[in-house]
Amino acid sequence: MNRNLAIVPAYNEAEAVGATIAAIHRWAPEFDVLVIDDGSVDDTAGVAAAAGARVLRMPYNLGIGGGMQAGYVYARENGYEIAVQVDGDGQHDPSQIKDLLACLREHPELNMVTGSRFLDETDADGYRSSAARRVGIRIFARVLSTITGQRVTDPTSGFRMTDRKGIELFATDYPMDYPEVEAIMLMHTHRLRSCEIPVTMEPRLTGSSAIAAPQSVYYMVKVLLAVFVALFRKRPVRDAGPAVEQT
Amino acid sequence: MTPGLAIPGLAAIVSQRLEVVVVAVLICAVIFELIRRKHLMERYAILWLVLGLTILVLAAWKGLLTSFSHAVGIYYPPAALFAVAFLFVLALLLHFSIVLSRLSDQNKILAQRVALLQERLERGKRPGEAGGGETAPPETENTTTQEPTRTQ
Repeated sequence: MNRNLAIVPAYNEAEAVGATIAAIHRWAPEFDVLVIDDGSVDDTAGVAAAAGARVLRMPYNLGIGGGMQAGYVYARENGYEIAVQVDGDGQHDPSQIKDLLACLREHPELNMVTGSRFLDETDADGYRSSAARRVGIRIFARVLSTITGQRVTDPTSGFRMTDRKGIELFATDYPMDYPEVEAIMLMHTHRLRSCEIPVTMEPRLTGSSAIAAPQSVYYMVKVLLAVFVALFRKRPVRDAGPAVEQT
Repeated sequence: MTPGLAIPGLAAIVSQRLEVVVVAVLICAVIFELIRRKHLMERYAILWLVLGLTILVLAAWKGLLTSFSHAVGIYYPPAALFAVAFLFVLALLLHFSIVLSRLSDQNKILAQRVALLQERLERGKRPGEAGGGETAPPETENTTTQEPTRTQ
């Protein structure tokens, strides 16, 4: 059994998830693939199992955060040392998993590496999204950079790799909905270290984003509230295990 | 108030107060019956019982509301009653929001556990992968200690 796990959240992604799994097997063969079927009504779970992935079938649509956390619990309980999130819709390029892994290996002091769309200035047009969304991302990036004292350019990126400490933290405590931004705060609160490396992302193949336009205002307010409240959590709310240093 | 007017007025007030007492007793009786039938947990019934008893006491104890409202500086006693009732409802709603948040969290943990167990079950069944369950014993211990058990 591999020591590394690729967690693939998929909600009604029967068309795309097979290709994603095949690409992970091809580009990152040292990773086991765990698909989180978050209450899909199509055959996402069947396609994923046929493609050779393990499948966590959520009994109902828990939302991305609850599903991802189940993946981290799986990683914790099955002794995985590294976990990487790869979206099931083909947005993330599995051939770049090795870049994340190399970064984590080179810098053992890091607990999380995030693939950023906006770090590589020359490729700024490589990923297109609506103007409103970019403004939102920029606001989050500014806020998080200020709080964490390091440069955060793509706080909403779900293309992330964590080490064992990160797995244990996220298995114990992970934001319920819209988790990416809050997860950075969580790492910061628990004094785990993270960094970004540049990646390119594809426009999604199928399905729709978890963040639809009418909900974007709620999204902004909810995440900013969560980040604000997290500022007042000096100590971990829940102990992430003995591996996490506490002061 | 002049004594001449007080006598018919008093009769009206007494009959009104009787009605209120009846309503308060009814509220308490309904709550009690809901608890008895296990439609309502004692934990959540206490707040409603407090409400019923408060109405009962205010109805039975003449002058309590008036002296209370004067003590807190509200000239018009019914306004004091409304203020207290409004705060009570607010507190109750907040309480429900807290309960709802806790239930959502517990529900999420249960759903995750169901998915994890189902995966393990199906992996164990699949031929050639029977070894999948061998990591089980140390894990169960781990999860029981790490997942927060929340009780009130």
